[in-house]
Amino acid sequence: MAQQQKKSIMTAQEMRRALTRIAHEILEHNGGAKDLVLVGVRTRGVPLAHRLAELIKSFEGIDVPVGTLDITLYRDDVHLRGPLALEATDLPVSVTGYRVVLVDDVLFTGRTARAAMDAVIDLGRPMNIQLAALVDRGHRELPIRADYIGKNIPSSLSEEIQVRLSEIDKVDEVVILPEAGSSQQMSEAGR
Amino acid sequence: MATTRVVQEEPVTATVVAGGGPTPASASPWQHRHLLDLDDVSTDEIATVLQSASAMKAVVQRDVKKVPTLRGRTIVTLFYEASTRTRVSFEAAGKLLSADVINLSAGGSSAEKGESLLDTVLTLQATAADLLVIRHGHSGAPYFAARNLTRTAVINAGDGAHAHPTQALLDLFTMQEHLGSLKGRKVLIVGDISHSRVARSDLWGLCKVGAIPVLCGPPTLMPWDLLKGRAERPGHPFASVQVEQDIDEAMRDADVVMPLRIQKERQAAGLLPSLREYAQQWQVNGERLARLAPNALVMHPGPMNEGVEISPEVAHGLQSAIETQVTNGLAVRMALLLLMATPQGGLNG
Repeated sequence: MAQQQKKSIMTAQEMRRALTRIAHEILEHNGGAKDLVLVGVRTRGVPLAHRLAELIKSFEGIDVPVGTLDITLYRDDVHLRGPLALEATDLPVSVTGYRVVLVDDVLFTGRTARAAMDAVIDLGRPMNIQLAALVDRGHRELPIRADYIGKNIPSSLSEEIQVRLSEIDKVDEVVILPEAGSSQQMSEAGR
Repeated sequence: MATTRVVQEEPVTATVVAGGGPTPASASPWQHRHLLDLDDVSTDEIATVLQSASAMKAVVQRDVKKVPTLRGRTIVTLFYEASTRTRVSFEAAGKLLSADVINLSAGGSSAEKGESLLDTVLTLQATAADLLVIRHGHSGAPYFAARNLTRTAVINAGDGAHAHPTQALLDLFTMQEHLGSLKGRKVLIVGDISHSRVARSDLWGLCKVGAIPVLCGPPTLMPWDLLKGRAERPGHPFASVQVEQDIDEAMRDADVVMPLRIQKERQAAGLLPSLREYAQQWQVNGERLARLAPNALVMHPGPMNEGVEISPEVAHGLQSAIETQVTNGLAVRMALLLLMATPQGGLNG
């Protein structure tokens, strides 16, 4: 089982520091939190967006609105995947005129980010869209880069990067697994 | 390894866990290539459809409703019977998801020249239809089509007096939207149950989600064949169904009251004395509703014979969810089209 060969590449403390830095960078880059909305990309972008909002609140005392985005309808691989259910997209504000920070756990091919941008643009006309990712593992297939990155993790295509968050997985860590195909992931999705 | 879920962003070439899938997804959320009835659809699958439909409803209500999801797929609606709601709803669902939708009805197609159902559906498959939505007067016609099609998936949009699964799903969705959990909820269906494909599919759905269906109407119009043995045989799928002769008794404390359309030809067949007498005895009217079920949700699959099975003040009253049902039908069908747009489904890329 792949479990035994997993390698931890980010501890809970490192994750906390990375998110703290990202929160500061977001404030610095935008000159504060005015007109800012953090949008978590389902599934693990959502708790990350909430954590960034809490950090921003602790620094500046400002409540930044947090939204949830389901990108299923904008995927470019609907026909390659198993049956897809849709979950709620829930934004507390109209994105029009806002600085939208998309938050995701892993930036990889860039296809999710592309879909997320299309999804946001269908909801309104934001002032701009920025991208924050806890992990950038490279291997972009689209001309997309993140504005805020927790950690760059050069990886091989055959490896698998898992971000685990306490809200969902009961633990905060990032691990790397050799051979993506050996894990539960494939049995779950290779139907 | 039950708890570790995979979270990386996936390359497009790999088939990996769905980013937008339901969080507790262990098995596939939808197991069917075709949707023919709810009898073999699991409770979990029904929950997936309803949850997905709820997210779709939000899409339908926003300014930009159209999404690019099913670009390049073709959906054909083939209707051998009249329909307003179902056909328009499937067409709109397909178009909002950016599929190409072709509408075909028996009148005006080669069916008029005597082309067989088999040849018609094979022709549609040959014209690259990914999904066929079929309504036919004969029970079983969509099953026949599904058996003979290799590349095209089939959705039953109503076959004879047999099944109408998408209507049942939108009924469940509407009930759940208003009532929350349907477990133990009393859902009264009044009228011509035995000739109603809606009622039959509703019964499957309601029993699966743990609601208590109550059937009420003239004994000549009860689906005795379906209910046979439910008291004696353990594990009967309709064990929880109740039959009540007295509508006043049946309506008392009902959470949902759903009169069915009385099809006028039943009178000719001698199953009904007269529409007037039916209305007197079985009509869901304002007086009955106020007295017996003042908080019940009123639903109707449409089209209505106002003044026969339902009075106009109830059909358009505050308790009526009949128009909501139509809106919800759109969301439910969009959710289904997405679930069926899969490699193993018919909407192949």
